[in-house]
Order: sequence, then C-alpha cells, then structure tokens
Amino acid sequence: MRIRPVGAHALLLDCTAPTDIAEAGSDIPEAAMVEAWRAELWRRRERGDLVAVEIVPAARTVLLDGLPDPTTTAEQLTRWAPVVAPATTRPNQANANVDEAADVVVPVCFDGPDLPAVAGHWGVDVPAVRHRLTSTRFRVAFCGFAPGFPYLTGLPTELALPRLATPRPRVPAGSVALAGPYAGIYPGASPGGWLLVGRTDLVLFDVAADPPARLGPGTTVRMVAA
Amino acid sequence: MTHPGAIEVLRAGALTTVQDLGRPGWAHLGVPRSGALDPAALRLANRLVGNPEHAAGLEITLTGCTLRLTRASTVAVTGAEVPVQAGVRPGDTGRPLSVPAGTVLRIGPARRGVRSWLAVAGGIDVAPVLGSRATDTLSGLGPPPMRDGDLLPLGDPVGTPAPVDLTVCPTPPEELHLTLGPGPREDWFTPTAFDRLFGSAYTISPVSNRVGARLAGAALPRAVAGELPSEGIVLGAVQVPADGQPLIFLADHPTTGGYPVIGVVTDVTPLAQARPGTTVRFHGPQR
Repeated sequence: MRIRPVGAHALLLDCTAPTDIAEAGSDIPEAAMVEAWRAELWRRRERGDLVAVEIVPAARTVLLDGLPDPTTTAEQLTRWAPVVAPATTRPNQANANVDEAADVVVPVCFDGPDLPAVAGHWGVDVPAVRHRLTSTRFRVAFCGFAPGFPYLTGLPTELALPRLATPRPRVPAGSVALAGPYAGIYPGASPGGWLLVGRTDLVLFDVAADPPARLGPGTTVRMVAA
Repeated sequence: MTHPGAIEVLRAGALTTVQDLGRPGWAHLGVPRSGALDPAALRLANRLVGNPEHAAGLEITLTGCTLRLTRASTVAVTGAEVPVQAGVRPGDTGRPLSVPAGTVLRIGPARRGVRSWLAVAGGIDVAPVLGSRATDTLSGLGPPPMRDGDLLPLGDPVGTPAPVDLTVCPTPPEELHLTLGPGPREDWFTPTAFDRLFGSAYTISPVSNRVGARLAGAALPRAVAGELPSEGIVLGAVQVPADGQPLIFLADHPTTGGYPVIGVVTDVTPLAQARPGTTVRFHGPQR
C-alpha cells in the first residue's frame, strides 16, 4: 500500500504499488485489498476516526477527498490495517460459510448481441458463457462511468475481454455487459463499448431510494437466468 | 396564501442551468459533484438578495438569457461582465435589484468572461435530487438545461436583501496563472513533461465545458506507456490523455478516470470565466 498525494485536500491509496515492507497480505488480489480498505475507511468515518467528504474505491485505489488535514490522515493510514477477507469468502469461491443471503440476485435475460463474440474469445459455446455468468459470485468493486454503474469482479482475469473497437452510440438501460476483467450493468441508456450479453429489468439507480444505487461498492451479486 | 411565483424563460441562450453548491458525497456511486463553476460568485449573488448561500440560482453562459419574473422580487447578477436590464431600467451586476411583478430581465452577452450567476429572492425551488438542485451536464441528474418557455418555481423569500450599493466583481484576467498541487501519477511522466507544463503557455480550447477545461499547447510526454486502471478523480485534476494535451476537470467531472493525473489545480474558479484562446500558465505551489 502506497499513499499518493492528490492536490491539497485528497489522498490516493494505491493498493498495488510496491511497498518498502513486506505486507502479510501481499499475495492478495488487489480488488480484495481495495474492498478491504474501502470497508475499513467507511467504518472509520462512521465511527468518527476519519473526516472525508468522499471515499471512492476504483480498480486498484481508494480516493479520499475533502480531507481537512491530509498530512494527519496520511499518518493515520500507516497505522490502520484493514481486515482482508480470507480467500475462501471472496467472490467466485464456492463456500458454505459465505453469507449468500446478502447477495443481490439480478435476473438476466441472456440474449445479448455479443454473446457469440464472448464465446469466441473464451473458446467455449454460448451456453457455457451463460453457465459461467450464472455460476459466478460477483462483487461490486466500484461504481463509475454513470451513476449506479457497477464494475463487478469475480470472473478470472484470464477471461478478460477487449472493448468494442467502435462503441455503440446507444446501449439500452439494463444491458448486462463485459469488458476487461469486469462485468457491468448500464443503469440508463448511454453510448457504450462493452460487450452486451443480456439485459435485466432491475432498477440500478433511483434517486428516491436509499441508497440510490442498488449495487453499491462491496455488494455481492449473483445473476440468474430470467 | 401568497403565490410563490416563478421565472419564465423567454430566451434560454447558449447554456443556462440551475446551479447550487452541488451534490458532494456521492462519488462512490458514480455521481459527479456538479454545482456552480464559481461557488463564491453564486454565494455572493445569494447573499445580495437575502438567500442562504446554498440556494439555487441560474448559471448563464456567454450569450446571456431573457427571463420574466411572475412576482415582485429582488434579483442579483454576479460573475462575468454582462449588461443587465430590468424592464426598461438598466441594471448593474453585483448589487441587489428590486423588480416589480411581470418584469422582463435581460442578461446580455458577456463583454468579458463567460459565466454569470443570477440569484432571485427565495431561490429556484425545483425538486432537489440527492440533496441538490444542480443540473449535472455529464450524468443528467437535476433539471435539464433551460429551454425557451420553461417555467421555474421560486421559493418563499426568507431573508432581507443586503444593504449594499455595489460590490466589485473581479475582471477576468487576460492570462490565467494557476497553482498546481501534487498529482497522484507524477511518476507516469518524463522530466520533459514537467519542464513543458511549468515552462510553456497553454491556451483554453473551444471544446471546454462544465466537465473540463481542455488545453492546447506543448504535449506532455509519458514515462509509462499503457493504460491506467480507472481511479478516483478530484476537482481540478489535470488529466493527460493519450495525445498529451492536458484537461482540467471542473464541477461536472466524472468520478473516475483512466488517464494519469499529473497535478491538481488548487483553485479552478478562474477557469469559469476563461474564454477559448485564453492563455494559461501553471506554477508550482511554492510560488
């Protein structure tokens, strides 16, 4: 873990940069490290140990913005150790101890136009793509791109996919899509370059709901065939 | 019960949006901060008409706009150097103007600067979204940009207008000097990049908007090739895309980005008034 300064009021926790000291969890995938730090910093803020306007997890980092005193916070961060989930409770690990009741179940109609392309990249047939997606336990690593758009981890990194060379000008709301190591769901219609594998009627972002995002960071997700 | 009144938009102009102090605190869900590009100017306009500083007003861009107020009210315009006319009376920026019901308020094209903020006593009372009435041009949250014929409800005035004659609105400078704080990915750039960034002049590109001020000038060479996995973005972050031309993120910036950030502009508010072609120079924090 490395702390990178960001202007006068923010810090970026980089969960991948090499550290001077060997950390106990140095073999932990970065997504699990990011999730552990996000959860820890959220708890610290709830408890009043940390004052921050924004705690923004991303692929390999957690941004803390709106810090009254970044120097003090940076010093505190070196003493705060997050609890990293053991490998067996991470997404995509079948384990009886996992609290599956907390999973958000997303009904998906797997009829996306890019299913054959995904099958081609993975070297399997289309039913095997569906099976892979419905048997994976995902976790929302972070939100970005649009309000409530979840970046879901859980697929093995060797199944990472390229984006479309030419993004579609309009992807319908509820589209379930894949790109890089992530699965994602478009909360609203927008241009998009991810490979479309299906669609869901689940409302992902509702400004009247609390919280407004159905799939916020840390949420575990399972897709079921609709 | 008194009728709370409304603003009727007769001519919306190039881009007129409802703005307040934005919706910070939701970045982890992908919700941009949004809000007035120069919060101090909106706060001032609100104080002048007796509103709380966080009340919603209008952010008016370059070509001005024409409005009708359906009730007697107090209004104030701050920001760019613009002609203001209330009915047949010429008005001034930077001071409260008392106007009768039915008054047509004309905010003309900016003579200098780009954006003005109009506050009306009682504030604009559209429904808040996630705690803010601001139009977010990136995500589409908040009311859409104004169109001719739109009607905006007004709230009930709560305070008394400020007893001032005139305030001084700073004139936008010909050349912007921006102080740059540390960026999280300085190590992604060569020493040449920093020589160019601090040693050469950049100009504001015409494709700048509320999301970001795009700059044109000496390209900033990278020391690290390849893609940067998405990471959180702050207001004022100077992101450098593949073409090496820096972009300074403003209020409607995305919450995450995939290009390295070389530095962070300490105060982005002068950029709210920077027209395309304006010269920008960067300085380190020691200056």
